[in-house]
Amino acid sequence: MPEMNRERLEVRRVKAKRALSYQKRQILLCAGTGCIAGGALKLYDYFQEECARRGLDVYVGLTQENETEDVTEPKGDGVYLKRSGCHGFCEMGPLVQIEPEGILYTHVQLEDCDEIIEKTILKGEVVERLLYELDGVRYTKHSDIPFYHRQHRIVLENCGTIDAEDIDEYLAKDGYVAFEKALFEMTDETICKEILDSGLRGRGGGGFPAGRKWDSVRKQPKGKKYVVCNGDEGDPGAFMDRSIMEGNPHSIIEGMLIAALGAGSDEGYIYVRAEYPLAVARLKTAIAKAEEMNLLGDHILGTDFSFHLNVNRGAGAFVCGEGSALTASIEGNRGMPRVKPPRTVEQGLWARPTVLNNVETFSAVPLIIRKGSAWFKSIGTESSPGTKAFALTGNVVNTGLIEVPMGATLREIIFDIGGGIKDGKKFKAVQIGGPSGGCLTEEHLDMPLDFDSLKKLGAMIGSGGLVVMDEDTCMVEVARFFMNFTQNESCGKCVPCREGTRRMLEILTRIVNNEGSLEDLDLLEELSATISETALCGLGQSACKPVQSTLKYFRDEYLAHVVDKHCPHCNGRKKVLQIDPELCKGCGKCMKQCPMEAITGQIRMPHVIDTEKCIKCGACWGCCPFGAIREE
Amino acid sequence: MSNGISMERVEEIIDGYGCQVHHLIAIMQDIQAEYKYLSPAVLERIAQKLGIGVAKVYSVATFYENFSLEAKGKYIIKVCDGTACHVRKSQPIYNAIREYLELEGKQKTSADGLFTLETVACLGACGLAPVVTVNDQVHSKMSPELAIDLLESLRKEDAANA
Amino acid sequence: MAKGIMYIDGQRVPFDGEPNVLSVIRKAGIEMPTFCYYSDLSVYGACRMCVVEDERGKIETSCSMQPRDGLKIRTNTARLLKHRRMILELMLASHNCSCTTCEKSGDCHLQELAMRFGVRKVRFGDSREETTMDDSSPAIVRDPSKCILCGDCVRVCGEGIGMNIIDFVNRGYNMRVAPAFERTLSETHCISCGQCSAVCPTGAITVYNEIGRAWRAIHNPNKRVVVQIAPAVRVAIGEAFGLPAGQNALDQLVTALKLMGVDEVYDTTFGADFTTIEEGTEFLQRLERGGPFPMFTSCCPAWVKYLEHENPKYLKHISTCKSPMQMFAAILRDRYAEKDREDGRTTFHIAIMPCTAKKMEAARPEFVRDGRRDVDLVLTTQEVVNMIKESGIQLPQIELESPELPFGLGSGAGVIYGTTGGVAEAVVRFCLPDKSKNVLRELKYSPLRGNKAIRVAVIKVGDRDVHMAIVHGLANAQKLLKEIEAGNAYFDLVEVMTCQGGCVGGAGQPHGMKQDKADRAEGLYNLDRMAPFKRAERNPVVSTFLQNLDAEKRHELLHVDYVKE
Repeated sequence: MPEMNRERLEVRRVKAKRALSYQKRQILLCAGTGCIAGGALKLYDYFQEECARRGLDVYVGLTQENETEDVTEPKGDGVYLKRSGCHGFCEMGPLVQIEPEGILYTHVQLEDCDEIIEKTILKGEVVERLLYELDGVRYTKHSDIPFYHRQHRIVLENCGTIDAEDIDEYLAKDGYVAFEKALFEMTDETICKEILDSGLRGRGGGGFPAGRKWDSVRKQPKGKKYVVCNGDEGDPGAFMDRSIMEGNPHSIIEGMLIAALGAGSDEGYIYVRAEYPLAVARLKTAIAKAEEMNLLGDHILGTDFSFHLNVNRGAGAFVCGEGSALTASIEGNRGMPRVKPPRTVEQGLWARPTVLNNVETFSAVPLIIRKGSAWFKSIGTESSPGTKAFALTGNVVNTGLIEVPMGATLREIIFDIGGGIKDGKKFKAVQIGGPSGGCLTEEHLDMPLDFDSLKKLGAMIGSGGLVVMDEDTCMVEVARFFMNFTQNESCGKCVPCREGTRRMLEILTRIVNNEGSLEDLDLLEELSATISETALCGLGQSACKPVQSTLKYFRDEYLAHVVDKHCPHCNGRKKVLQIDPELCKGCGKCMKQCPMEAITGQIRMPHVIDTEKCIKCGACWGCCPFGAIREE
Repeated sequence: MSNGISMERVEEIIDGYGCQVHHLIAIMQDIQAEYKYLSPAVLERIAQKLGIGVAKVYSVATFYENFSLEAKGKYIIKVCDGTACHVRKSQPIYNAIREYLELEGKQKTSADGLFTLETVACLGACGLAPVVTVNDQVHSKMSPELAIDLLESLRKEDAANA
Repeated sequence: MAKGIMYIDGQRVPFDGEPNVLSVIRKAGIEMPTFCYYSDLSVYGACRMCVVEDERGKIETSCSMQPRDGLKIRTNTARLLKHRRMILELMLASHNCSCTTCEKSGDCHLQELAMRFGVRKVRFGDSREETTMDDSSPAIVRDPSKCILCGDCVRVCGEGIGMNIIDFVNRGYNMRVAPAFERTLSETHCISCGQCSAVCPTGAITVYNEIGRAWRAIHNPNKRVVVQIAPAVRVAIGEAFGLPAGQNALDQLVTALKLMGVDEVYDTTFGADFTTIEEGTEFLQRLERGGPFPMFTSCCPAWVKYLEHENPKYLKHISTCKSPMQMFAAILRDRYAEKDREDGRTTFHIAIMPCTAKKMEAARPEFVRDGRRDVDLVLTTQEVVNMIKESGIQLPQIELESPELPFGLGSGAGVIYGTTGGVAEAVVRFCLPDKSKNVLRELKYSPLRGNKAIRVAVIKVGDRDVHMAIVHGLANAQKLLKEIEAGNAYFDLVEVMTCQGGCVGGAGQPHGMKQDKADRAEGLYNLDRMAPFKRAERNPVVSTFLQNLDAEKRHELLHVDYVKE
């Protein structure tokens, strides 16, 4: 291949665009982790074989092997087969989208493929039974489905439509245009200024202005500087970054390249969570392609700018999402956060100035440079411009990956996009920001979500996990679950976090098991204060947020456990209920109360609970006048 | 050779990373990918080749959850206990598998050396919750019954191959 | 370095180059509590005890805070006190609180701070897994149940000593400090320097206590207890009794030992004079024969152990001289054999050392002859302090008594063995043909003295420039070896001391910070200045002794071969 420069790249982009325009009939298979688990790759193979068997020309990928030849429109009926990144609608997977009609088929199985080819591909008809259905309405088109319709997909736009492994598809969608602009038309200063003007704030949690971070690194004395991408998305229930890494890896590379230009760096690292092997593979493929095309490496596009990019795999430590722990891990050490100052922009990786942003932040960068900071600022709210991706999970009808403008309300997200609460139950709360966040309740449903409004409430966007909980959820148990998580993930360095979270967990477990006391609630609050004010890193400081917010909004549930020794919500997790034969007088009240007819026994003789039938609802417990019902 | 681990291969992997200390984690990941665990002899060799204390290697290996210092079963079963899976009752699945494999106390690997049971923090396949993986292959929407069926079929498959 | 004024609890405090706010606070006369802060080591920031509150109510640790002009902080607000108490309570909950019988009782930092902050109740139960005590090392004992994970030992072992024998294991609540594979210390390459025990704020790592054996020997009428006292001990032992660091308390110590029932008390400087002469002679011979260079000093047993384990190719470079303690012991054993036969008592030889590694050295097979150790027992300065206190002796108030002759006589050169650069200077004094006072004055201002980690000097011996390096802190010695290996540096003679500051900073000494160690060194140089003779070869007892020794015997008593087959 001849040395790549700006002109040749433009030629290639134009060709890619033309090639894309020729693609009328497309089968897009979602190949995110979710759909692959559902068998998407088998579908892909089958479509490829079956279409070919039926005499259709099957094209895979845009890549033009021959540089000099121009792209020509294929003759006859061609079908383009693509594996895209995550569409976000994981609940409905495996997903198959047919273009140009934009038909979305859900839950597609191997046996449905023939029908799809027969009817849709060959005749343009719709297979009704595979369509998404909501409230009796069947939606043919992808874009009409409420789940997508209400979203505003910018960062995720290309995730579900392009083949992640094909750099030409990215080029065809104006990929690397922003980088070219930054490289040839902007200075380090104007790049940082543009990002600063856009108001882009770090999507990884704290919401620190990205432009200010870059500018600080830029202003550090000359010498080795690093650009690091945090792809260690560890919040349970969050998978936005994974989807971008899997679905649109080039957008991250391009964002990092622009950051490198702005900050004056020539080396970068992407740190990916160990649990995301597909993301690692796709990133590596993308990097190799970019290197091949001289978009990475030395003398990029014939200029003096060089940038080398490495991928590091995490090894299973949530705390590595914290900046200094992450850099420690890249250096081959235990991922233990260190005290600050010095800050990462002064002394980050190998004690050199370092730009550290997360995946979503970097992938927003090319859009800002290409379309301008004013465009970006027009989306979202004044103080938090742009969009935010959320992973919507829990007791909600449509789980999946969504992107909405900052300032969208919880009601829009949960009820309009998410389709409301599962099984027609009532909404109770939503946990935002994972184990480091807090819970929001009914009263917050209409509050606009952005960095500052959440901060005021003591919650945070975090990396954007939204776990919806219905009326049956015990909030004490939720708090315990998150504390268990944090306690497990504490690095063990500082005393408040290492010892404190352990004690909190012990107390919460005690309370969940109805063995707690009122003093325990005070102790929880005391511990929360010390941990949140004295822990070394963000993980520790925010570890108590779930407890603090549930104590604030759902104190009655704590009291149910502590005072009444019975929680109406967490039946499922209660231990086995049994009747103490010594205490049972055989009055028969419990027998009448039991909804499952699980209690048997003769009057004035000790009764017995059939643990197989028992659903641990606690009705017997509540009505026994002798206190004979015991949890074992 | 020790426990089927070829020290030549271990050295090859270390050399592949240029014996650089900052690749310690990647080196251990690659070795574990081949042998499923890191034996003391392997850690000693890494320390020696990288010119660092073996205490440091052990320290890093025990910090990260993914490193196993014990030999593992042929099939590694991971039950996801992320929020979404937890809410959709992954714990009973874990318990059922434990019971089926007759694991006690801290034991993670079944007596026949066929299965190792672990929990894993969110796999990011929340839409498919609850999720169980077998040697990193994802099985979605599991239940205790389905999980046991899966293990039984693996056991049969293994017996048939033997 | 930053300069300016900050406000601590409303008080104006100027700062000038202090590395952090913590140091400024301490300068202002407020004893900020810490567990994990040591000015000699990197800032770790784990104990969170040194938190301060700024004007906006933000809480931060002062150890990691930069002094800034106009900065206003408070150190003792209600919130801070509450947090410190909670942190202490959390620590105590996971701590084996068997305080009264603990080796560290009375000297434990956790105990002290818990008392200071009035923590009287622990509302949490200890749910850690049970741990076992490791007493496999000849020098130190590890009791993980008392560990508060401040990481001081990990950092000193890694950063200061460069051995990295112990490190953190596991994470979170399961985190421990342990050797690799949670082996016992005897299964590792631990060099017994004991610095981990010196920095441990609790009883988690303590010096192997042999006080019981000492008392049994002293109280046994069939044993003649003969003691030698190392140079560094005399300038530190007084600290435990309120004397300033660096003040010579040798004569009080002799009296105290006699009061306790020791039969004879001598001075290790006597042995050091032998070492100087032997090592000097060996060096001159190497100069004649052309190597091997560099020649390394051999007085520090931890250094020798390090080479044996980690760098055996340098063993042939190490001087064949025994350490002063072992030379002394060999001569004593030799001389007292007849005495023992005559009166039917056995001589029990105790060495009082600033060092824990000496316990390891004394047990080395090379120093066991005819089934008997030359040194029967090594006591650290701190152990002797405890024995004196047990006896109720008020050290500063007792009569003075000098060590006895003939083995109580040593030169000024022998005394300075206790500080970094001392051995090298003693050898240089011996090797230089010019024996004038001028030379001594010149040496005083040469790089042989000082506190820099690696000091380099070029000294003319005859017509040859002798390149010397003095290094203390084993990690620095490892750096130097790498430089030598890389061909970036060449030396003829290298003095290595494992501990910072040399033996005055040994792990067997009372707990001291950098300044204490410097004061102790100064005390030794003062003693040298007052010494009647400054050169080893001027010691009349030593020279007479050497004249009457045939070559074979001389080699047997004074030399050792560490090179393994």
